[in-house]
Amino acid sequence: MSRDLTLAIYVFILATFVGFEVIARVPAILHTPLMSATNAIHGIVLLGAMLVAGFADTPLLKGIAFVAVVLGAANVFGGFAVTERMLDMFKQQQHKAPAQTDKL
Amino acid sequence: MSFDLRGAAISLSYIAAAVLFIFGLQRLSSPRTARSGNRLAAVGMFVALVATLFDRQIATFWLIALGIPVGAIIGVYFARRVPMTAMPQMVALFNGAGGATAALVSVAEYIHASSVGEVSMVASVAVVLGTAIGAISFSGSIIAFCKLQEVLSTKPLLFPGQRVLQGLVLLNALGLALMIVSGRMGASALWWLFAATLTLGALATLAIGGGDMPVVIAVLNSLTGLATAITGLELNNEMLIVAGMLVGASGTLLTLLMSKAMNRSLGNVLFSGFGAVKAAVTAGSNGTAPVAREATVDDTAIALAYARRVIMIPGYGLAVAQAQHELQALASELGRRGVDVRYAIHPVAGRMPGHMNVLLAEANVPYDQLAEMEQVNGTFESTDVALVVGANDVVNPAARDDPSSPIYGMPILDADKAKQVVVLKRGMSVGFAGIDNALFYRPNTRMLFGDARKSLSRLVEALKSV
Repeated sequence: MSRDLTLAIYVFILATFVGFEVIARVPAILHTPLMSATNAIHGIVLLGAMLVAGFADTPLLKGIAFVAVVLGAANVFGGFAVTERMLDMFKQQQHKAPAQTDKL
Repeated sequence: MSFDLRGAAISLSYIAAAVLFIFGLQRLSSPRTARSGNRLAAVGMFVALVATLFDRQIATFWLIALGIPVGAIIGVYFARRVPMTAMPQMVALFNGAGGATAALVSVAEYIHASSVGEVSMVASVAVVLGTAIGAISFSGSIIAFCKLQEVLSTKPLLFPGQRVLQGLVLLNALGLALMIVSGRMGASALWWLFAATLTLGALATLAIGGGDMPVVIAVLNSLTGLATAITGLELNNEMLIVAGMLVGASGTLLTLLMSKAMNRSLGNVLFSGFGAVKAAVTAGSNGTAPVAREATVDDTAIALAYARRVIMIPGYGLAVAQAQHELQALASELGRRGVDVRYAIHPVAGRMPGHMNVLLAEANVPYDQLAEMEQVNGTFESTDVALVVGANDVVNPAARDDPSSPIYGMPILDADKAKQVVVLKRGMSVGFAGIDNALFYRPNTRMLFGDARKSLSRLVEALKSV
């Protein structure tokens, strides 16, 4: 097995453990924002789409890459924006005005 | 050979981004720090994306320059417009977008690699997995979206021969995967694999009932994370591996938590078509149909006004009726009268993990009033009124007492132990599990029929004149 691949598998497994450790402490009250934030983080796949778009040299590849970049970007930007909005809900309460209505 | 400064800078940026992701997720563990956590993760994403622009593999930029703004505008537009009640659908949709991206990246990488030379066995295994998992996550998310949006029925869709069809598609996909990995078939087979796994994801999700959506969304989230990490193996990019697996692991953990909260194995949730056999279990097994007693708004208002302790039990019906603000208005009116009010949140209330908490936070409910199941269950005996708003299966005492019930063993909120139970509900219809609720026929239970939002605002009015 090549050294690159071995290292990649190490990274793969260790990242899994870190993921478990970090998430295990999140209370149920924050499960939705957590899920939404991790949803945005897997938008990192946009990075893969960018690489593919960068070396795409046929019309077919360019087409696939373009769709991938658009979807990946929607995932990243939409994901973080939605999470921000959810967490705004939790912030409002710290200096809450009674019977404040929803501004969104 | 000169030192590759550019490559080193990119790698260091990736390490920084990974650290930012981890700290960001860690800060999401407390409501106080959660916002900064999300922002740290977003900064990490920015660093990683900018660093990638300097990658030497990228020869042309125009596709990127065109695609990112288009995607970003679409994503942010929907993210800002969607109401809080529709959050699960939105997350499902973004998740599907991520899954599709991972599958397309895998296909494109394979076409590109096979056009310049032989694709190694390891690389083709990664491509096959990335395509299949990404496609399953994509079509599964789209079906989940349709069910949550109620474009499709929320009931499990089962048809004769479904198992057989699913098995055939799976066999077909496995066959194609083997042909690709062994190098006997190329890109055309990969497209067929893409199609087969799309079908598989759709069929599997169609067969899952609406009540199990918190689990489904967690599974799909973790699958997209996994597919993303696999594209990292294809493209030899550690950033994709680390970020993808952080998500894969967190999704898996949430999945396990959710299925534990329903006391069912993950396999049972995903493959049993749960809730489809509802006709068999209806009330009145002793021949006479039991009768539920109806309450009036005024009776309920008086009972609430003179209670010392009230526990609110919100469920998905609250979200559908968009009644979270009215519920909070009722709670604060009671609070003003010196009644001790708490909200009891079942782990799978709502349509995604923690969904109820976000909805109530939107209505400015202080989060120290929100109690989790284990904290609150011992206190029902000393509670005067348990007000059930749009919750059903999570308060069904059959889960505790009746071994023949399909939900037997699922931990529930012991609302029936309160001195009085008032259930706000549209009618006597069954919950997502498709079974009747024994709580509605208990002597200490009263039903307040009608739209939850209207009932709650009428309760607030009536309370003011008590």
